[in-house]
Amino acid sequence: MGMDKDMDLIDEDGLRLDGRKFDELREINIEAGILKRADGSAYLTWGKNKVMAAVYGPRELHPRHAQDPSKAVVQARYNMASFSVPDRKRPGPDRRSVEISKLMSEALEEIVFVEQFPRSAVDVFVEILEASAGTRCAAITAASVALADAGIPMSDMIASCASGKIDGHVVLDLGKNEDNFGEADVPVAIVPRTGKITLLQMDGNLTIEEYEEAMELAINACHEIYDIQREALKKRYSTSIDSYEDLEEV
Amino acid sequence: MKEIISKITKEYLYTLLREGKRIDDRGMDEHREINIETGWIGTAEGSARVKLGDTDVIVGIKMDIGEPFPDTPDKGVVITSAELIPLASPHYEAGPPREDATELARVVDRGIREGDVVNMSELCIEEGEKVWLIFIDMHVLDFDGNLFDACGIGAMAALMDTIVPGEEHEVGEDHPLPINHVVVPTTFSKIKDQMILDARLEEERIADGRLTVTTNEEGHLVAMQKGLSGIFDHEEVMECIHKSVDIGESIREYIRGLSEEKI
Amino acid sequence: MSEDKEVKKRELLLPGDVIEEEDVKPGRGTFMKDKKIYASKLGVKTFRAGYVNVAAQSGRYDPKRGDKVIGTVTDVNSSIWMIDLNAPFPAVLHVNDVPWRVEFGDTASYIDVGDAVLVKISNVDELKKVQVTMDEEGLRKLNSGQIIEIAPSQVPRVIGRKGSMITMLKGYTGCRIFVGQNGRIWIDGDIQGQYLAVKAIKMIEEKAQALGLTNAVEEFLKKETGKDLDLEE
Repeated sequence: MGMDKDMDLIDEDGLRLDGRKFDELREINIEAGILKRADGSAYLTWGKNKVMAAVYGPRELHPRHAQDPSKAVVQARYNMASFSVPDRKRPGPDRRSVEISKLMSEALEEIVFVEQFPRSAVDVFVEILEASAGTRCAAITAASVALADAGIPMSDMIASCASGKIDGHVVLDLGKNEDNFGEADVPVAIVPRTGKITLLQMDGNLTIEEYEEAMELAINACHEIYDIQREALKKRYSTSIDSYEDLEEV
Repeated sequence: MKEIISKITKEYLYTLLREGKRIDDRGMDEHREINIETGWIGTAEGSARVKLGDTDVIVGIKMDIGEPFPDTPDKGVVITSAELIPLASPHYEAGPPREDATELARVVDRGIREGDVVNMSELCIEEGEKVWLIFIDMHVLDFDGNLFDACGIGAMAALMDTIVPGEEHEVGEDHPLPINHVVVPTTFSKIKDQMILDARLEEERIADGRLTVTTNEEGHLVAMQKGLSGIFDHEEVMECIHKSVDIGESIREYIRGLSEEKI
Repeated sequence: MSEDKEVKKRELLLPGDVIEEEDVKPGRGTFMKDKKIYASKLGVKTFRAGYVNVAAQSGRYDPKRGDKVIGTVTDVNSSIWMIDLNAPFPAVLHVNDVPWRVEFGDTASYIDVGDAVLVKISNVDELKKVQVTMDEEGLRKLNSGQIIEIAPSQVPRVIGRKGSMITMLKGYTGCRIFVGQNGRIWIDGDIQGQYLAVKAIKMIEEKAQALGLTNAVEEFLKKETGKDLDLEE
């Protein structure tokens, strides 16, 4: 936000730089269960974003003094590969990724039945392999699918999407240039079954009316994304459950 | 954290090897199916995703302009690093690279550096002042053994996929990275007295010794690394070397084929 | 009656899905909210004794009292062994829960680190601390053979309907096989037989196609062994 604007982000037909309408998402694809070693995993592409999420656990939390005798600790780690951005990023966590990891852990902890696994950790690792605006929303969306794939007991999944403001218009799912040159960005995550907000950030400048409009766009999109998450899991397990019929009484 | 393998499973693997068999039906000198996909990462100057069986790595190349080393003022610089991120294995931890990651990065780096893979003189922009820096970053996504070969092959394929971003840095046109040689590492594991190529995780866990031999298209050796506490005799090493030349050549053809496809 | 089949086809439940059933109590893999029952895990619906459960289709082993499991010893001290079960936490095997009288401090001479054991879960407390016992018929230290691992959710498939799959595996390979509820499988027999059993189990694990899985595995075993067994009994 706040960079000097040297381009028009919306053309005379009311379309955005990549030809999208105001309320249109970039293309999203999710594949569940693609890593062998992890307990659960998901690979997500969202526009040019490429995100891999893996879940390990519940497992013993180290160090021991960090264990909580009443519940599991959800530990999310958001990490950007050094080649995921135009200027090489130094490996390892920076302030931004530490903050995102914290918000993700908190958002995910809300849906996981953590009290079923005292003293343990549910580790969620998200690697951003290629970044093109909206990686935190992509990361949470992928992490939720990986958690479900790992068989972690949860009250629901989380779907996430950002909306924002470019050239004076409230639009959905900011792309790279829109993120750099736009006027506001509002990443949101919701628990779709209840509609409750579990992640919310905002930066830029919005009127209260614009904020409400932005939230409506983002929340509608989260429901759309939720369908894609569900489809990914159904695709992964559709064949294996066919065999279950005969085996139930074993 | 170290995994404990049951004694009986270990014994079974030994017995199997004595009978000339491997857990996945491969021959002793047979590697798993290799799949290389280049141009995978749009934000990188070059990239390759390598699947070696269930081992899955991504190598990304980034380029920037910087100062040369004082002793090579007219040559570009290669910086290689590996991240064994905790996503890839229950036994990897977050944090700075540990010994294993450092050894891996250095073995791959030596193959590329000593194998004279990149024409470093062509990467000089202004002698003593400005040269191209090549960052090779290796990211392991799924760990099922033999990272040395997966990462080494990935680094080679990614370098061949790399376009030097001259225009973006205002130092001339974009052009493919000048490649002199194509080097390929092959890694053998020694379990008791048996040498096997391309160990998968179950095999790697009981291996006594490891030997990586990197060769070029002339059949010359450019880098070697003996790892783990097991010991080799001269004949065993010679056998690995001869095999490496042949196996390396078949993998080299595959890598070459990828860049020809692009043209 | 193809329509009936359609109706019977199983539906995959995802966390947060409502389970529309009358007169059942919420069981494993479910939760209750506002008088409705929801799935808490990815899985399929099953019924038992008035409860509706969601049988997980993925995930780690969640220890249950009474389960027979295969573990590896990871640590020994003067009165207990620590056993890895591929569960969130290691389980404890106490010297009083083995079929021998162990002298104080002599634990490691009976069972040592790296040994494989077939044990039963005797208790899981509120903090999910797991205790196992070996003091029961059939439970023991495993001295030969090998152990392979599959996803715990795949255990019913390897056992098969009324044990049909496991009976077939044993019959054709001549191996002794025990499938632990934690997804660890012990296989013992001659090397050829073990090798074949491992291949067949991998096949069961990988071949998602359900219909005809038993037949496909039987065909494979027949081809590999040249036998044709009648295992109907």
